[in-house]
Amino acid sequence: MVAEQRELRDDALNGLQLSTRLENIWRTPSGFFGALASVDHKVVGRRYIVTAFAFLLLGGLLAVLMRVQLAGPENTFLSADKYNQIFTMHGSTMMFLFAVPVMEAFAVYLVPLMVGTRNIAFPRLNAFSYWMFLFGGCFLWISFMLNVGPDVGWFAYVPLSSLQYTPTKRPDVWAQMITFTEVAALAVAVEIVVTVFKQRAPGMTLDRIPLFVWAMLVTSFLVMFAMPSIMVASTSLILDRLVNTRFYDSSSGGHPLLWQHLFWFFGHPEVYIIFIPGTGMVSAILATFTRRPVVGYPVVILSLIATGFLSFGLWVHHMFVTGLPQLGAGLFTASSMLIAVPSGLQIFCWLATLWDGRPVYRTPLLFVIGFIVIFVIGGLSGVMVASVPIDTQVHDTYFVVAHFHYVLIGGAVFPLIGAVYYWFPKIAGRMLSERLGFWHFWLAFVGFNVAFFPMHILGLIGMPRRVYTYTADMDWAHLNLLSSAGAAIFALSFALLLVNVIYSLRSGPLAGDNPWDASTLEWATTSPPPPQNFDRIPIVKHRDPLWFDNESLPVVAGLSVERREVLLTSLAEAEPQIREASPDPSIWPLLTAIATTVFFIGSIFTPWAVLWGTPPMAVALIGWFWPTGSKEDEE
Amino acid sequence: MPVRMRTALVPSATLPLAACAGRQSALDPQGLQSDQILRTFFIFLIVAAVVWIAVVIALCVGMLRQKRAADQPLALHRSFERTSGRIVFVLGLATLVIVLGLSIVSYAGQRTVFAKDENALTLKIIGHQWWWEVRYEDGSPDKNFVTANEIRIPTGRPVKVELESADVIHSFWVPSLTGKMDLITGQKNELQFTAKNAGTYRGQCAEFCGHQHAHMAFAVLALSPDEFDRWRDHENQGASSPTDPLGKQGEQLFRARGCALCHTIRGTLAGGQLGPDLTHVGSRTTVAAGTLPMSPATLAAWIADPQHIKPGNFMPRMPLQSDELIAILHYLEQLK
Amino acid sequence: MRQTIVRNVAELPTYGYGPRSGPWWGAMGFMALEGMGFAIAIGAYLYLYAVNPNWPIGAAPPDLWPGTAETIVYLLSIIPNEMTNRVAHRQDLAKVRIGLIVMSLIGIALLVLRGFEFAHLNTRWDNSAYGSIVWLILGLHTTHLATDVGDTVVLAVLMFTRHAKPRRFSDVTDNVFYWNFVVLAWLPLYVLLDWVPRL
Repeated sequence: MVAEQRELRDDALNGLQLSTRLENIWRTPSGFFGALASVDHKVVGRRYIVTAFAFLLLGGLLAVLMRVQLAGPENTFLSADKYNQIFTMHGSTMMFLFAVPVMEAFAVYLVPLMVGTRNIAFPRLNAFSYWMFLFGGCFLWISFMLNVGPDVGWFAYVPLSSLQYTPTKRPDVWAQMITFTEVAALAVAVEIVVTVFKQRAPGMTLDRIPLFVWAMLVTSFLVMFAMPSIMVASTSLILDRLVNTRFYDSSSGGHPLLWQHLFWFFGHPEVYIIFIPGTGMVSAILATFTRRPVVGYPVVILSLIATGFLSFGLWVHHMFVTGLPQLGAGLFTASSMLIAVPSGLQIFCWLATLWDGRPVYRTPLLFVIGFIVIFVIGGLSGVMVASVPIDTQVHDTYFVVAHFHYVLIGGAVFPLIGAVYYWFPKIAGRMLSERLGFWHFWLAFVGFNVAFFPMHILGLIGMPRRVYTYTADMDWAHLNLLSSAGAAIFALSFALLLVNVIYSLRSGPLAGDNPWDASTLEWATTSPPPPQNFDRIPIVKHRDPLWFDNESLPVVAGLSVERREVLLTSLAEAEPQIREASPDPSIWPLLTAIATTVFFIGSIFTPWAVLWGTPPMAVALIGWFWPTGSKEDEE
Repeated sequence: MPVRMRTALVPSATLPLAACAGRQSALDPQGLQSDQILRTFFIFLIVAAVVWIAVVIALCVGMLRQKRAADQPLALHRSFERTSGRIVFVLGLATLVIVLGLSIVSYAGQRTVFAKDENALTLKIIGHQWWWEVRYEDGSPDKNFVTANEIRIPTGRPVKVELESADVIHSFWVPSLTGKMDLITGQKNELQFTAKNAGTYRGQCAEFCGHQHAHMAFAVLALSPDEFDRWRDHENQGASSPTDPLGKQGEQLFRARGCALCHTIRGTLAGGQLGPDLTHVGSRTTVAAGTLPMSPATLAAWIADPQHIKPGNFMPRMPLQSDELIAILHYLEQLK
Repeated sequence: MRQTIVRNVAELPTYGYGPRSGPWWGAMGFMALEGMGFAIAIGAYLYLYAVNPNWPIGAAPPDLWPGTAETIVYLLSIIPNEMTNRVAHRQDLAKVRIGLIVMSLIGIALLVLRGFEFAHLNTRWDNSAYGSIVWLILGLHTTHLATDVGDTVVLAVLMFTRHAKPRRFSDVTDNVFYWNFVVLAWLPLYVLLDWVPRL
């Protein structure tokens, strides 16, 4: 105890002296190897965001290729083989390498700032998660470049994806990519839960947590309970293909519908794993740009939680045409439609917020308004496809393609782009161009609707999804051409975003701490935030701390300025409990990820990889957790 | 020398060919079931349109209405908070009532669509990559026969199709007559529908089933009951032997060049089981599972080079001399 | 923005036990998602059980003795595990060392028993869907068992080095906690694998 009292604490220092000291102990080491060892949630989060957007770009290019192919009947731009790979790659990339990771990426960057702590919980696990995501994504895309891209659809139905009907390595690549990304997603989910539960700033009681953080908390629970199902599914698929297990072999007691149950038990919550963070972004943006808190804070939170629970009870609506018992299917109609209630409640709260607020029409708000207009269409067409009789017609047609793009792009990508405009100043320190943002919004809004609305009609007039071409006498040509034109405009809007980001990174106006006069804690520090996030941990006395008092920030003192320390607080009341050491940078997460990658990829080629792949992983893990003998480890 | 007829024949095959396909649209219901589904759909559509318009109006009014002046984000009006809370609650309740109402509408529609009639004409459909085997297995065994890629049914009488798969999952979908049902490996599904009017209705596989999923279509020809019975009696007979020399040569080549290893022509020695039954192929309306309309040119193009028309399908390209191709073509055309 | 220090946390401890500490919640999170994995695997077993008229498919039920012996050892292992927990809370290094060694030995014994269990399943993974799901579930549990045994061994070694500092006792209690999960997860699996095929 004597030694401890001699340690320098932040109450002994002030101002620049304090910042410099904290920066020195929290910063990422310089140099190439330093960067590889970083465990700073902002560094990892930024990498996560950029990588996810790179996959968005790649997935988007694939969409453009598909729209070129479908623009006219009997087009020979793409062969059947290429087209089948491309639509599978598009779906897999967008779902597993863009939508889920990008939401978790924003959470990795923002949640620690918004709850007022210095790093995410388990920062090394966080770094490991990023490497796994990166390696899994690269593995999928390099395979595709080598013409081993999966070609069995993003839900890889058996028996098509079994060894008998697809004797190539393509489905193995798909299955193993799933394992990579799910490991990454599960790790982030646990980090977010523990960060929100234990690292909130003192005084941030449960009813003072920002709505975006609530949304990410609910999302993380969904990840934790949904993704194990796809892990079991992809593992069993690869075992069937590799060591002749019989899970899906109907001649040996297996059943193809087991796959569909396992897949959709994950696959439906997956939609909400993507959508719920979007709602969190909407709430954050709306509050700031309507200049008032979102109406019905408890209603919004209860809606999020209700959505989370309900999302586990409606997977069967993806299987209405597989010959299920009629009454059972009818019940899943009702449970599927029921989710409209919490979603509706959130929409009503947002409308009420706009109604009372004083809207400031900057780009983030434009995207939120676009979101409401588009997402409501997707939600309502979702009510339609939840109906068994209607679904028997529209299932697996372009109507469904239209529906889920309205939900996913409308419900998640529009809020996400709004979030990019909203938080870019915090992350980059500079503002994005409002003028380009205005054009971006209108091109995206018009392009999106022109691209996807006609697909509703195409589905109704008989166009199934996943066809690489169609004949001229099917009367689908005009609407397809229109859709392709819309897709071109939509793609162009993203080019504008890219231009805007590149231009603004260099010459955008400086943002300052709080350019939008927003109310949450991430705006209480500099833009971009210093490695330690906050010189002193804030104390929260109100749900909107920076609106409650924008002059002075009550803070905590007494944390170490000689080593990395975060403040742990109690679950409900956020009472300070422990000054916990936070890990230093380490190369071991990267080495562990490399060992795991060798294990995963090797096991596609030989089951023995499980044997020779395990010791390196074990060594890397011991290296990761073995104490370094540094001061914080030795108390 | 193998034929190089492709250049001569294929252009006509890949040109737009109207009027052969038949209707394939959920918005053009010609069956009792598709009619019911469309009615249910319109109820949902009207509700959805009203809700969406209401939301957009609320959004616009919310943006345009007079706002309080001062920028004090936390200076909230207690009365607004209370009233808006109540309105949100009422609207949530209204949403609940609407979705429960729609669930009931949906279930009522579902009951009608999936109602079973014991008096139905039964046939079995087996999905293959990428064609449809159609087995008429109704009544006495001597009246059973097998055909492919084309289903003829009587109007006004319920038809029960039993759906199975020989390989991967497919989905049977004739939108003008009814909704779809999957053909699942190791499972037997069934679907009933009734065509109201005579006509040709196109159907297509709706579950991605691999390489040539896009070219796995079929035709449903709804005939008057008399016409159907005549067709059925004719179809039940084996193929008639060709009488002309070219036809005889074609029949002989059909076996000698390996076609018969995969295809059956009832009444002849050709008894292969891997590909579609060709007993009455000359009377069908399409070639290669709805890929091309039936004509001498398209059939010749298909036999000459199936991998060009439907790349990756399981019919190999057989090395045929041009005179051999002409003989086989002549023979097959006679199989009416 | 001006900062006002309104509170000093200098007197707070730097580690804690149970729900007060971060790693405890991390372990909790991983147990929740792994528990979900077991639940899904059990669901898959019951699905295959429901769709197949004969169960087990083309095999005799597993021999009872290895699973039963494991179950007994698991249940008894809770006692030394709980004792290790208590001495770790009391920061009694000598007794913690003994506890960890005992737990390591129990874990290794269970791994050996598990080998026998695989050998006495009376089916192979590629015989039928029944064989596949049985091997998957047992394999899934074995990875958990092996992971925890590995962790226990490493911790035991660590406690004999200069790194055996007070905060390590918190790691020991988390390890104890995780072992309880491994035991708890086994009990329904024992019933499922060894008794359901005998129904």
